[in-house]
Amino acid sequence: MTSTVTSPDTEPAAPRPPRRRRTRAADRGVNRVFRWVATGSGVVILAVLAAVAIFLVVQALPAITASSDELGGAVNRFGEGESLLGFTGPLVFGTLLAAALALVLATPVAVGIALFISHYAPRRLASALGYVVDLLAAVPSVVFGLWGFLVLGQNVLKPIWAWLGDVAGWFPLFSGQVSATGKNLATVAVVLAVMILPIITAVCREVFLQTPRLHEEAALALGATRWEVVRTAVLPFGRSGIVSAAMLGLGRALGETMAVLMILSPGFLYSFKILAAGQQQTIAAYIAADFPEASGLGVNTLIATGLALFVITLAVNMFARWIVARRKDFSGAN
Amino acid sequence: MSATTAATPGAPEAAERTRALLTGADPARRRKDRAMTVLVYGAFLLAIAPLVSLVWTVVVRGAERFDGYFLLNSMRGVFGGMDAGGAYHAILGTVLITLGAAVISVPIGILVAIYLVEYGRGALARSVTFFVDVMTGIPSIVAGLFAYALFSLLLGPGVRAGIIGSIALSVLMIPVVVRSSEEMLKLVPNELREASYALGVPKWLTIVRVVLRTSVAGLTTGVMLAIARVIGETAPLLIVAGVSDSINSNLFDGRMMTLPVYVYRQFSQGLVPCRPDQADCIADINYQRAWAAALTLILIVMLLNLVGRLVTRLFAPKLR
Repeated sequence: MTSTVTSPDTEPAAPRPPRRRRTRAADRGVNRVFRWVATGSGVVILAVLAAVAIFLVVQALPAITASSDELGGAVNRFGEGESLLGFTGPLVFGTLLAAALALVLATPVAVGIALFISHYAPRRLASALGYVVDLLAAVPSVVFGLWGFLVLGQNVLKPIWAWLGDVAGWFPLFSGQVSATGKNLATVAVVLAVMILPIITAVCREVFLQTPRLHEEAALALGATRWEVVRTAVLPFGRSGIVSAAMLGLGRALGETMAVLMILSPGFLYSFKILAAGQQQTIAAYIAADFPEASGLGVNTLIATGLALFVITLAVNMFARWIVARRKDFSGAN
Repeated sequence: MSATTAATPGAPEAAERTRALLTGADPARRRKDRAMTVLVYGAFLLAIAPLVSLVWTVVVRGAERFDGYFLLNSMRGVFGGMDAGGAYHAILGTVLITLGAAVISVPIGILVAIYLVEYGRGALARSVTFFVDVMTGIPSIVAGLFAYALFSLLLGPGVRAGIIGSIALSVLMIPVVVRSSEEMLKLVPNELREASYALGVPKWLTIVRVVLRTSVAGLTTGVMLAIARVIGETAPLLIVAGVSDSINSNLFDGRMMTLPVYVYRQFSQGLVPCRPDQADCIADINYQRAWAAALTLILIVMLLNLVGRLVTRLFAPKLR
C-alpha cells in the first residue's frame, strides 16, 4: 500500500538525470524560448548599430564615388573642382571648433557645480539641486535654441561680444567684424555650453561622491582646509571621471543640431573668427538646413557628411567609455 | 566633571597650542580656501541663472498665446500676420510619433535589460553593454539620417512619414530604456529569485512574475524619463517627418508636424512685415506661437518627469 502511495511522487523524480544535467533539462519549452527572445533582443542592439553604419555607408557611397563635376551640379555650395573631402573639411572644422569652445566653457563650471553639490552644499539642498540639474538636461534643445537666440544672444551676449571685439580685437579669436545680430559661433558655443553642463555635472557629481571617505578624513586630520581636501583627495580620485564626463559632453555638443541651426549664420571657411557672422558651420546644422531642399546626389552628399559626424562622435564616445572602464578596473584596488 | 578638572592643569596650554597650530595656520591657505569656496558657489549661481531665465521667459512669453484656441486648432489656412493658428496638429503628431517610438523601444529595451541582468554572460553581454553605451551617444540627426536611408531604400527617395520618425526616435530611445531598466532589475534582491526557484517556478516565470513585478514601478519611471528625453527631439523629425500645416493622424502616410519642429518652423519664419493699415496683423505672431509651443512642450516634458518620479514614490514595493 505504502509503495503505491509514494510511487506517484517518486516516479517523475526517478527518471530525472543527476543534478548537473537538470539545469539543461529545465531549459526546455517556454524557458528556452524566453531565453532566446531575451538573447535575440541583445543581438538586435548590435544589429541596429551595425545597420546604422551600413545604411549610412550604402547611402553615402554614390556621393563618395561621384566626380567633382557631378557633385557640383547636385550641391549648390560645391566649389569648382572641389573634392568631397575638401567640401566636408570646413564643416568638420566648424563642428570641432564649436564643440571645443563649448567644452572649454562648460567643464570648469560643471566641475564647480558638481563640487558644490557633493562637498559644499548642505545635504538636503544638495539632493534638490541634483534634481534641478537633471531638469535642465530634460529641456528640449529647440527650446534652448529659441531662448539662446531671442533672449541670451540678443540681450546678454551681443553687448559683451561688441565690447570684446573692441578691447580684444587684436586676438585672432576675436578679430574681424563683430556680428551685429549675435549670430556668431561665440553665441552658439555659450548656448551649447549651457546644454552640456547638466551631463558633465551629473557624471562628475557621481564620481566625486565616490571619493573614499577615509581619504577625505585623512586630509582633514592633517589639518587641510576644505579646498585642500578637494584638491588632494577628491580631484585626484575623480580625474579620469572628469575626463570621461567632458568626453560625453563633447559627444553631445558635436551632434547638437537645433541650437546651431537656429543661432548661427553659416559660412564655409576654416576661420577662427568666432565673433564674426558667416564664418563656420557645423555638420549637424548643415544637414538639417539643406535636407528639405536636397534631392538625388545632394541627399547622398548630406548622408556622407552625416557619416563623418557619426564616426567622430563614435570615436569620442568609445574613448570616453574606455576611460570609464579602465577606471573601474583600478577602483577595485582602492 | 572632577576628572576633567583634575586633568586640566597642564591641558589648557597644550590645547591652546594645538588650536593655534590648526587654526592659525598660513593665512594664504585660508584665503585660498575662501576664494575657492566663493568660486564654487559662483559656478553654481552661474549655472542656475540660465535655467531660471529660460523657464521664466518660456512661461511669461508662452502664456500670452497658450489657451484653448491654440491647443485645439491647426495652422491650415493661416498666413501672414493673422491672429490665428494653433498647434493641435503638432501636438497630435508628437503624441503619435512618440507613442510609435515607445511601442518599438520599450519591449526591446526591457528584453535587452532582462538579457543583461538575468542571462548575460561572456563576450556577447559585454559587447551589448558597451554598444548600448555607444548608442547613447549617437547624434540625433544621424539617427534621422539612418531612418531616412532605411526607408528610402525600401520605398524610394524623398519619402516622408510619421513612422520613419518613430524609427529614428526609437534608435535614440532604446539605449535609454535599456540603461534605466537594467539598473532597476539589478535592484531586485536575489533572495526573491532564489525563493521562487526553490518553489520550483521555472526561470522565465520567475522573471515575469517576480522580477518584473517587483521592479514595475522603476521600469515605468525609466520609460517615462526615456519618453521625456526623446519627445523634445527636433532634428531627426525635421528631416524624416517633414513639415505640415494640416492635421495628419495617419502615422504611415504623409508629412506629419510635431511640436519641436513647429517651434523651429515658427521661429525660422521670423517677423512678419505688416503694413500700418493692417489692423489684424501682428508682427511677431510667429515668435508668439513659437513660445507658446515651447511652453506646451516643456509642460509635457515636466509632466512626464513628475509622473515618472511619482510612480516610483507611490508604487515602489517596500523592500528591506
